[in-house]
Amino acid sequence: MLLAGSGHSLQEAAANAVSCHPSVSKVLVADSDRFIHPLAEPWAKLIQLVQQRENFSHIVVASGSFGKNILPRAAALLDVSPVTDVIGISESTTFVRPIYAGNALCTVRYTGAHPCMLTIRSTSFQVQPYSTDSKAHKAPISQVDLSTFEEADTIGKSQYVKLTSQDSERPDLGNSRIVVTGGRGLKSAENFKMLEKLAEKLGAAVGATRAAVDAGFVPNDLQVGQTGKIVAPELYMAFGVSGAIQHLAGMRDSKVIVAVNRDADAPIFQVNSLSLSLSLGYLMGTEIKDSSCGFILNANGYKSS
Amino acid sequence: MKIMVAVKRVVDYAVKIRVKPDKTGVETQNVKMSMNPFCEIALEEALRIRESGLASEVVAVSVGPAQCVDTLRTGLAMGADRGIHVEFKDGLNPLSVAKVLRALVEAEKPGLLILGKQAIDDDCNQTGQMLAGLLKWPQGTFASKVTLDKEKRVATVDREVDGGIETVLLDLPAVITTDLRLNQPRYATLPNIMKAKSKVIKKYTPEDLNVEIKSDLEVLQVTEPPKRKAGVVVSSVNELIDKLKNEARVI
Repeated sequence: MLLAGSGHSLQEAAANAVSCHPSVSKVLVADSDRFIHPLAEPWAKLIQLVQQRENFSHIVVASGSFGKNILPRAAALLDVSPVTDVIGISESTTFVRPIYAGNALCTVRYTGAHPCMLTIRSTSFQVQPYSTDSKAHKAPISQVDLSTFEEADTIGKSQYVKLTSQDSERPDLGNSRIVVTGGRGLKSAENFKMLEKLAEKLGAAVGATRAAVDAGFVPNDLQVGQTGKIVAPELYMAFGVSGAIQHLAGMRDSKVIVAVNRDADAPIFQVNSLSLSLSLGYLMGTEIKDSSCGFILNANGYKSS
Repeated sequence: MKIMVAVKRVVDYAVKIRVKPDKTGVETQNVKMSMNPFCEIALEEALRIRESGLASEVVAVSVGPAQCVDTLRTGLAMGADRGIHVEFKDGLNPLSVAKVLRALVEAEKPGLLILGKQAIDDDCNQTGQMLAGLLKWPQGTFASKVTLDKEKRVATVDREVDGGIETVLLDLPAVITTDLRLNQPRYATLPNIMKAKSKVIKKYTPEDLNVEIKSDLEVLQVTEPPKRKAGVVVSSVNELIDKLKNEARVI
């Protein structure tokens, strides 16, 4: 594993990494102020540096906004074609990835020299349970020698300014067991509050379609879809979501999909497991009431068109 | 300052694609093709920067088969000043495209490169990042807002990341890739479509640019995703909750 950052939180992360999984045989730690923020330029150079010394057969990163930003740049520095967004591994250099918003699957083999570089969709791979007793194997930590780390050949610098995020106590959208999503059919940010109450009762994360984000109902980090987040929860409830191809791409691997929509011809009904055609206010009001907490919401809060 | 925008010709976003029965790929014959939506956004951003007086020229580039010229004409109709087509028949991967674009950058010396963040056919999301790496330029990917400071020669880019919006400051020249919310692309008006016919599209081959197209990826097959079991319509909330609790056991 390669960890980079600076100071106490890096050391803490390294201490966790050494026993996080029995397959970890070594933890490389790159400690420098350069890596405090997830900037692509120093990170890609770090990967190149480490690869040139250690000659790994594979370099793997999760396919989130961080991995997608840095891995292709690192691959170009190493003159390698990466395989991104992998959802299945057939052989050590043969992978399956979605194309055309997940409407087709492509099996591709990497035929170049080491390293084989990939980003993987976390939702497609289960974490196998294993025992973590105190005698668990602890991998050694090795500090990456950064004395020759030069970005002198980088033309121009990038600087991290800030991250604007919504503070939320709700579960992370990418990991949540249940996701409750609202689409344009919710018609207003106010109605999204109803959805948030439902999410609270169910212990769910809240998602949104691109249309809902564009309309300003919710911020962008809730967007589920081809170019937003990919989720695969046990239960995905879509309220007022038509089911455009690009949205389906982000949630079609959910175990159970519930679609609630007044339009019986909406494309979402092609992929759902259970569907209910009712006005949203009535549904959510009743749903929240029936959840074991006994909370009652005014079911007339939603105005139908 | 010159801005270079790379655009890709892809199957139109609204088309329902079909996987070929021989599993060699997706059916693209007699299927509507368009400029990749993210590339349209990239071009739109470049045009707005030029219109604000911060750039003098917008050059649209496309790498691929002969029909790419159609996509370039659309770009010229939107307002790009001139086009460049690097012709290559088939089987281009992002690394090769990035190498071709790098060669063009060395020839044209733009002050800013704008690309779409991903193409909606292969969904790779790699070319911009690779190009930035090859050029050793800073990169601002998944941009939802771009502000240029010409005097200081920097670009402030708001990026859509997993945790929210990240803001970075990039020295120019830089590579920016566009996300959906950056702007709403304009339609090409009829007068501009007519004007575009007389704008220049310069042609190259990869050999002209000393770029060797090699492939280290082999497509073994293209298949349909597994179909989901048919859905069930329920008639009341209680029935829904009952099924979720007792049958699917997810709540």
